[in-house]
Amino acid sequence: MSDDAAPPPGRGPAALAGRLALFAVLGLFALYYLAPLLVMLSTSLKSIDEIRSGSLLSLPREISLEAWGHAWNKACIGVDCSGLAPYFWNSLLLVVPSVLISTLIGAFNGYALTKWRFRGANAVFALILFGSFLPSQLVLLPMAQTLGWLQIAGTTSGLILVHVVYGLPFTTLFFRNYFVSLPDDLVKAATIDGAGFFQIFFKIMLPLARPILVVTVIWQFTQIWNDFLYGASFAAGDAQPVTVALNNLVNTTTGVKQYNVDMAGAMIAALPTLLVYALAGRYFVRGLTAGSVKG
Amino acid sequence: MTGPTADPAPDVRRTRWRMLLQRHMSKIVLAPSCAAILLFVYGFVLWTTWISVTPSRLLPVYEFAGFDAYVRLWQMGRWHIAMTNLILFGGLFVLVSLAVGVLLAALIDQRIRAEGLLRTIYLYPMALSFIVTGTAWKWILNPTIGIQQFVRDLGFEDFTLDWIVRHDLAVYTLVIAAVWQSSGFVMALFLAAMRGVDGEIVKAARLDGASTARIYWGIILPAVRPVFFSAVVILAHLAVKSYDLVVALTGGGPGFATDLPATFMYEMTFRRNQINVGAASAIMMLATVMAIIVPYLYSELRGGKRV
Repeated sequence: MSDDAAPPPGRGPAALAGRLALFAVLGLFALYYLAPLLVMLSTSLKSIDEIRSGSLLSLPREISLEAWGHAWNKACIGVDCSGLAPYFWNSLLLVVPSVLISTLIGAFNGYALTKWRFRGANAVFALILFGSFLPSQLVLLPMAQTLGWLQIAGTTSGLILVHVVYGLPFTTLFFRNYFVSLPDDLVKAATIDGAGFFQIFFKIMLPLARPILVVTVIWQFTQIWNDFLYGASFAAGDAQPVTVALNNLVNTTTGVKQYNVDMAGAMIAALPTLLVYALAGRYFVRGLTAGSVKG
Repeated sequence: MTGPTADPAPDVRRTRWRMLLQRHMSKIVLAPSCAAILLFVYGFVLWTTWISVTPSRLLPVYEFAGFDAYVRLWQMGRWHIAMTNLILFGGLFVLVSLAVGVLLAALIDQRIRAEGLLRTIYLYPMALSFIVTGTAWKWILNPTIGIQQFVRDLGFEDFTLDWIVRHDLAVYTLVIAAVWQSSGFVMALFLAAMRGVDGEIVKAARLDGASTARIYWGIILPAVRPVFFSAVVILAHLAVKSYDLVVALTGGGPGFATDLPATFMYEMTFRRNQINVGAASAIMMLATVMAIIVPYLYSELRGGKRV
């Protein structure tokens, strides 16, 4: 008798057949999910001749990294033929400060909202939270104007501002929900010992918040790295993030279509978040389920 | 304090001031965020609302002109296509993602080997940008080089999968790619909830001779009902905001057969110099999202749960 909720592994041919069917279905789904990645990878390793003569799913006859090199620093995006590399660095330059600033402010907000509660703290939280449901289209036009006035239109700094502001509802939500589960006595005891607002934050709360810190950083990293709409709307030419550059690369209509370069470019743009997922998938899932309102 | 203090007054004053500061520190820390949200979220929503009732075309003008932009918006065939597509795409996307996600969660719940590996495979698309996955799917669904050609090469000369270039079917390719991207996430949500279902009831049902399918249908799925609600809200919200997927996969085409409100808004605002119509369409999007979110938040808050 099993003491678990799941069904006991049965015996006999019927149970075996059921098991086999189960694995067949799961395996088919695994193929569906893996196919695009495998096709992308295998196409990116082929030469253009091989793509034309061979088929979609065939493995590359000889592996060539040429398309990767081309996508990285030779492919033409608009009139500029220096590949995705500069845009990749743009994204990195954008994502690091945006993630750090929005996470730090979110941590402060969450702490202030739960551990030094004041009248109306819940109303303030609700006010901030609304931002996480807002369709981005509502702010495109005013934001474009405002960035113009601030004279940071089209720049990476402008885009950092955008990502910090619209990341705040999420980072605040994460930290608020985490801190609310920590005992208030921690703060009380520390106050009696003479510790102040910031001392308690840096010495007690922040070290305790490491798990949610990791979740928030991963969440913000993937959101900002994968963003397209803000990048396309607010970053011009040299300051564009890699997603925008990739889209331009793929949709360039001049010359012969180089599918292997397109796929290599897509892989390059996907690598950072894939890497994060491979290394910290557990935290990624936690972030998804904790802040699953962002689109 | 036992320090030799000749004049206690400044010390006391400083302490009092520090306590006052301490007491209000949380408000001081929150103030910049609140100001930013008030301006960049609420202020901007009002700004967009105002633009939608002005005669703004190429540049914003700030004089009231009535609801002309809304009238024009709803007279545009292209907007009707975008809204119809949203209903079609959104509805199918939510339903299929739910079905696939629940099915996978239930299957993975059967104490199978390689669970970790399978979960990783099912969920990784969520880590990728729609621009990346749209690029990949565009290539796979391309009739002359993708699946269609592949199956024809296998000897099935008449096989056709040219949805992506068909006016009437291109919108379904959006569903394929979006389901691929998001169903793993639905699975994760349901798997977590299913693991939390009381094992005693399930055990009792099993002793009574209930089949696995019956247990899921009769006990486990009803027990995880709140997750259905959350998942629908999240997925519907994703559907309304879908922009990058369309841009990367179909570019809104062929023609504007795969336009969604999000792409329509961008087109009107930044390409067609009709920013009042663009703003009006953004307000319609907000109304759609609100119609989904408000009942959800209401029930969440009323249930006494933390948001």
